[in-house]
Amino acid sequence: MKKFTTVEGVVAPIDRANVDTDMIIPKQFLKSIKRSGFGPFLFDEQRYLDVGEPGMDCSDRPLNPDFPLNFPRYQGAEILLARDNFGCGSSREHAPWAIEDSGFRVLIAPSFADIFFNNCFKNALLPIVLKEYIVDLLFEEMYQEEGYSLTVDLARQVVVRPNGEEVLFEIDEFRKHCLVNGLDDIGLTLQDADAIREFEQSWQQRSPWLFNAGP
Amino acid sequence: MAGKTLYDKLWDAHVVKQRKDGTALIYIDRQLVHEVTSPQAFEGLRIAGRKLWRADANLATPDHNVPSLKSERDGGVAGIVEDVSRIQVETLDDNCDEFGVTEFEINDIRQGIVHVVGPEQGATLPGMTVVCGDSHTATHGALGALAHGIGTSEVEHAMATQCLIQKKMKNMLIRVDGTLRPGITPKDVILAIIGKIGTAGGTGHAIEFGGSVFRDMSIEGRMTVCNMAIEAGALVGMVAVDQTTLDYVEGRPYAPKAELWAQAVNYWRTLRSDDDASFDTIVEVDAETIVPQVTWGNSPEMVAAIDGVVPSPETTSDPAKRAAIERALEYMGLTGGMAITDIQLDCVFIGSCTNSRIEDLRAAAAVVKGKTKAASVKRALVVPGSGLVKAQAEREGLDKIFVDAGLEWREPSCSMCLAMNSDKLGDGEHCASTSNRNFEGRQGFGGRTHLVSPEMAAAAAIAGHFVDVRDVMGL
Repeated sequence: MKKFTTVEGVVAPIDRANVDTDMIIPKQFLKSIKRSGFGPFLFDEQRYLDVGEPGMDCSDRPLNPDFPLNFPRYQGAEILLARDNFGCGSSREHAPWAIEDSGFRVLIAPSFADIFFNNCFKNALLPIVLKEYIVDLLFEEMYQEEGYSLTVDLARQVVVRPNGEEVLFEIDEFRKHCLVNGLDDIGLTLQDADAIREFEQSWQQRSPWLFNAGP
Repeated sequence: MAGKTLYDKLWDAHVVKQRKDGTALIYIDRQLVHEVTSPQAFEGLRIAGRKLWRADANLATPDHNVPSLKSERDGGVAGIVEDVSRIQVETLDDNCDEFGVTEFEINDIRQGIVHVVGPEQGATLPGMTVVCGDSHTATHGALGALAHGIGTSEVEHAMATQCLIQKKMKNMLIRVDGTLRPGITPKDVILAIIGKIGTAGGTGHAIEFGGSVFRDMSIEGRMTVCNMAIEAGALVGMVAVDQTTLDYVEGRPYAPKAELWAQAVNYWRTLRSDDDASFDTIVEVDAETIVPQVTWGNSPEMVAAIDGVVPSPETTSDPAKRAAIERALEYMGLTGGMAITDIQLDCVFIGSCTNSRIEDLRAAAAVVKGKTKAASVKRALVVPGSGLVKAQAEREGLDKIFVDAGLEWREPSCSMCLAMNSDKLGDGEHCASTSNRNFEGRQGFGGRTHLVSPEMAAAAAIAGHFVDVRDVMGL
């Protein structure tokens, strides 16, 4: 996994609450057996005027001129600013894959759905929860200023506004450690293989019916 | 010391290692695997040269992509017309062979929707931790298991380590006391709850459904309720173990037998919240107030009573809510203030991990028996949740009742719940659906989904618009 340190990037908006993962990446793209290549289909139904299918070349598809991610001012954005309960619904990790593949590194919202939030950390994406009035303020500033950028410093856990003001954010120590060092969870957990084996033996003694191979 | 909740007990029993930062390594007893969220996990294992920690803890079946049409289904995997769908199902078969995972393949009678198959086989049991790369995994909480959906990275993590790194959630109790009025179903109960607490109401919580209504409910009904915990924002929904649970589990193929059964039952009987357990959040709903529910918008919380109306944006002063209503009305092609019973339907879908079990099919069949589908309803699909449910329904003659009424009897699959096979809504079509999500485009590009119970979907198929099933059934 890529290491995450500091991101200074343009901010792009998804200005509605309860954005679900079906919207972030529609089901037809879930048929891929790969982890990459989802970026062009991010928000497919909102982004294009035609119906997207897997494997399509998106470069000549008709873009929806009203969808913010298509606005020239938001091209190359690395920070996605969103509303409450972002990423609700399906557990599909294809949603953070598509967001990451589109060049985003940070998401900021007043709240995220649990599974989506968790999935982000597995993909070098940093979801930041900020108080609603701060998110409101960021939306306001972003709409006012073309090229509006924020700096996100994970080590110091701050979002720096263009005027230099810093907003602190919370993050679990373990998740921060993994992001900063680009660590693979599985490798870390396997360092505890002895503890897992020990638990398993004791659990099997207490609950032998769970270790029956089947009928 | 205060007592423990059911969630506390299940969590404590599975802690391998508590870390200083508040996370814990949690042991996973069962992982269910399907074709959509597993290929990248198997690929990750392959690239890293890792094996499954415990192959026998995994059980696989294809469900999202498999065709529901018998003619297409008869050709097995090779017969799946769409290339990308076929490749995904083939990939699951190959991966299960390579990694030694038991799989119920496409035309095995045990194949079906993972969340129907697990309990049906006794492969998900009370007291287990159950995960699957699917957000509706909370379904298995109906048996008193700790079950939730995960993303593909965690699928791979659980395969490789038999554990997940987790942080304990808060405890929420949703208590529904009293007696449901005649004709009110588990689906109405959960939709009414979501309408009350909202789609983020349970975020960060494990929900336990308690109270007399759930005690009196069948396991199938409890599964319908727990299935939609995620639509209330919660990863986990659970019901305490009682005699109904034990009666459901006993004798199932993967369930313990003889002495092991007796030993298991002793433990399972402890799987209830202690009387003095404390919850972070308690929500109470009066059973008597629940009537048949119909969603009108693009979030499961956008729900109304069958005798109600589609809301107008003016009814709220909150600008965000008003914008959400306006947007939903536009997408759904509805007008604020119109009666729910005036919503005309193009399609009916009875199926999905929420409502495709034998009890659901019996209930729907009882409504359509001897009647005929409205001509204006272009399609009405009945899709059983597994091969075994289908066989049981056919033994009871339910298939004939549906077909005689003009509904189509299909093969087990996720089907039109998320339209990954060829069952899709057309642009602008309204569908009465027994599934769990009414998001924009969920059932097909431009499709308009209304979530209802199997009984309400069946009644709508006959009437061509929503009707109160209690009137139809003389209740």
